[in-house]
Amino acid sequence: MYDVAIIGAGVTGSAIARELSKYHARICVIDREEDVCCGTSKANSAIIHAGFDAEPGSLKAKLNVRGNAMMDALAGELDIPFTRTGSLVVCTASQNRADLEALMEKGRKNGVPDLRILERDELLTLEPNISDDVVCALFAPTGGIVCPFHMTMAFAENACTNGVSFFLNTKVDHIEKSEDGYRIDTTHTDSGKTETFAAKVIVNAAGVYADVLNNMVSAHKLHITARKGEYCLLDKDAGTHVSHTIFQLPSKMGKGVLVTPTIHGNLLIGPTAVDVENKDAVNTTQAGLDSLGRTASLSVKNIPMRQVITSFAGLRAHEEGGDFVIGEAADAPGFINAAGIESPGLSSAPAIGEMVAQLAAEFLGLSANPDFIPHRKGILRPETLSMEERNRLIAEHPEYGNIICRCEMITEGEIMDAIHRPLGARSLDGVKRRTRAGMGRCQSGFCSPRTMEILEREVPMQMFDITKNGVGSNLVVGLNKEL
Amino acid sequence: MSTRELTCINCPLGCALTVTTENGSVTSVTGNTCPRGDAYARKEVTNPTRIVTSTVRVAGGVCPMVNVKTATDIPKDKIFACTASLKNVIVQAPVAIGDVILTNVADTGVDIIAARNIAAK
Amino acid sequence: MKNYDLVIVGGGPAGLAAAVSARDNGIESILILERDKELGGILNQCIHNGFGLHTFKEELTGPEYAARFIDQAAERNISYKLNTMVMDIAVMDSGEKKVTAMNREDGMFELCAKAVILAMGCRERSRGALNIPGYRPAGIYSAGTAQRLVNMEGYMPGREVVILGSGDIGLIMARRMTLEGATVKVVAELMPYSGGLKRNIVQCLDDFNIPLKLSHTVIDIEGKDRVEAVTIAEVGADRKPVPGTEERYTCDTLLLSCGLIPENELSKNAGVSISPVTSGPVVNDSLETDVPGIFACGNVLHVHDLVDYVSQEAAVAGKNAALYIQNGSSGDARTVEIVPEGGVRYTVPKFIRPERIDDTVTVRFRVGDVYKNCAVCVYLDDELLQKKKRPVMAPGEMEQIILTKEKLGAHPDLGRIIIRIEEA
Repeated sequence: MYDVAIIGAGVTGSAIARELSKYHARICVIDREEDVCCGTSKANSAIIHAGFDAEPGSLKAKLNVRGNAMMDALAGELDIPFTRTGSLVVCTASQNRADLEALMEKGRKNGVPDLRILERDELLTLEPNISDDVVCALFAPTGGIVCPFHMTMAFAENACTNGVSFFLNTKVDHIEKSEDGYRIDTTHTDSGKTETFAAKVIVNAAGVYADVLNNMVSAHKLHITARKGEYCLLDKDAGTHVSHTIFQLPSKMGKGVLVTPTIHGNLLIGPTAVDVENKDAVNTTQAGLDSLGRTASLSVKNIPMRQVITSFAGLRAHEEGGDFVIGEAADAPGFINAAGIESPGLSSAPAIGEMVAQLAAEFLGLSANPDFIPHRKGILRPETLSMEERNRLIAEHPEYGNIICRCEMITEGEIMDAIHRPLGARSLDGVKRRTRAGMGRCQSGFCSPRTMEILEREVPMQMFDITKNGVGSNLVVGLNKEL
Repeated sequence: MSTRELTCINCPLGCALTVTTENGSVTSVTGNTCPRGDAYARKEVTNPTRIVTSTVRVAGGVCPMVNVKTATDIPKDKIFACTASLKNVIVQAPVAIGDVILTNVADTGVDIIAARNIAAK
Repeated sequence: MKNYDLVIVGGGPAGLAAAVSARDNGIESILILERDKELGGILNQCIHNGFGLHTFKEELTGPEYAARFIDQAAERNISYKLNTMVMDIAVMDSGEKKVTAMNREDGMFELCAKAVILAMGCRERSRGALNIPGYRPAGIYSAGTAQRLVNMEGYMPGREVVILGSGDIGLIMARRMTLEGATVKVVAELMPYSGGLKRNIVQCLDDFNIPLKLSHTVIDIEGKDRVEAVTIAEVGADRKPVPGTEERYTCDTLLLSCGLIPENELSKNAGVSISPVTSGPVVNDSLETDVPGIFACGNVLHVHDLVDYVSQEAAVAGKNAALYIQNGSSGDARTVEIVPEGGVRYTVPKFIRPERIDDTVTVRFRVGDVYKNCAVCVYLDDELLQKKKRPVMAPGEMEQIILTKEKLGAHPDLGRIIIRIEEA
């Protein structure tokens, strides 16, 4: 019997798991995918919003601002790559300046610090590539950029270190109220074996599927729509085209798209916003990709769209009420929702973790875990070391002298670390999200066979069992002449 | 009398050749712009041949595979028989370019030879 | 910091031929830095035959061609380091180059070189760079990655294959996959002509009844985990899909053979100017970049279709690097620009120094479209120097012309050399 079963190992579920591991409790996290961070958390804008966007008084507003404020300490504790680059909402000549001022007012009500409006002259000194039509912008210095993979991994690995059990490749089929809590029936996505979990408290952090889980136990139905957002990622050569996250002032033409540097030095453009029926429809579309460059050019000029190295789509969990749905379902004691976590979900995750953990702890009367380890070290990046330090490292661990991914200069040592650390990588994408091997301009053309060899040797596993991203995504199908 | 359409491979022009044969011998080649096209068409219709390249597994080598080829060209219709006969071949390292891997592959009278040096582990 | 006269970045066909040539022109202190576990570069996975017709007058497989040059380097005792990644090239105040590299045994180390030859080769254009919409499942490989898996590791990446792009690697892989037991359903090509050699279309596709669809592209990829189907459609003159022409192919694999891009990240960091057309360094007749003492050859300079030309080009780079090491910078010789016009996309070299060239200089270029019954015309300023008739020219085939010192020397006030495709 678990005290708490968290369903969903995205950034929300992982942040909750980490916060809950500060208490004395038996906790597990269940996810249908082969790794943590496989849903919305892996395909988003990778930014920490300042918090001026949400309606004052909403959970989105409160948790965004709180989550943003928590990031510096968290980045230090958990070794999460995070930089406060600041964000800009740009207003063009044809738009209403009053709307920008209203946005600033909203932000102030939400408690966003240091907001101010910059005129074009000052703006140009910050962002020379801003579009010629832009007349002014709302500047939020607390906006930041983050690696969403590392943020999620950091929470999950630290939770794991502090005793939380993770059950991956485990799909929840059914939840039922039992005498002392809940019964969760699951199927292992690889072996097909069924397993039943029992927990006093369930935390529903299942992203676009959170409504399905809620609706299994509660008459207060949730309705979550998957809202697709498509993105283009540009080569590092284009990474300094802008230095802040640049939003467009929402208008009747839509919310526009953002243009931002990423924490790893690329340029990211997106997202589109289209509601889709299929909750697994992470495909990009010609119309979506075509629109990105066009829309982005409203705020930033001369974006070198020829330097796109990949494009992707993520699904945001939009609940029809418009706000996050966090708290115990009224008719299901101990079933705590963390649902409808769309933007600013990543920014709010630290605060959602805090809030939900507190709710669960109060419900269960949990006491503090005296052995909680707050720190987690990320994967050692040799590029951050001096040549002397690096050579000491290589002398001891020669694998740090062997470059596997030549675009991102990732060594064998980093890939081995990614495999052997808590909740280690078992797939090509697992390695990629943890180390960036394969994320560069050749998009794993050169390093994928070599990374496969390392997985084969280190896990160890058979070549035929190595996947791109879990069950069914096997990379090779047979030996030569033996199909 | 029968005709066959071919694309000449001698240059990027890729002339569309029409070859007419009667009782197995070529009576005319048209569509070519140079004598090489005529020669290619005659060979391709009467006796098409190909060099076949493939790989076989290596035991005890620094690489798991060694690439091999037919020592000379073989009849085109023997290509699949040739690769099929390499299916279960495993050679012991070291392997040197020119080593005979398999003799008289698919009864063509042609040997399969190694096309790469592989040192022993 | 260890000193070398010449450091060569890359031990593929270009690096090897450059090293051999530099040694034969008197340079003793040479080091090749190779990132792979063996010399030979991409040739090691190119197991098909057809290499070396020009150089050796026989049809070799890629590894055999590489072995000839590996042997030549070994006969000359040229040193090399394997599994070694060059991480940076910088020009020091002295004009010498500092090469930073790393491997397991030596760790990270710096070398001082009088001259550097760039021979890093190229990479394949990825699915992301092509902006193909759809899902991102397993089973989408660049043709070269699949080639490595099949030819070097012995693993099959898929059973039922669709290939986008009719470049030579794509054509070669259509045959390879077929001979190893897979089914290749179709090869789609965006352009109205193939980027591959005619011989490959006949021997890799026609021989196995694999259809080639020109003016077609992939417009959708299905399958969340592994590729399940791809949809191709015909494209119009604007290269946009024509509605109503969609055809869906069930398959588990999509191979991409849509172009190669010279890998010049190191060159850029060293301050070398890159041509936006070739994505390779801008060079003069010595194949020297605009950073004195840094030379380039092979696919890092511009993408070749025949390795024989790579070897020839690399020999020129090696010889000129030797001259640079022996005599120092060529200084401010008279420089004439070659201007590509009327269908000629670029030339390598871009600049000629008429007083410094040997008796002849080879200028290589590619055309931007298919031209029939045309002529390659060379003008010295407004004066027609030569007009060479060609029955056909295509973007997939590298072209060359030879300029002579004698002719160029006769024009002391020459402003520019123009190369243009005209009607025959």
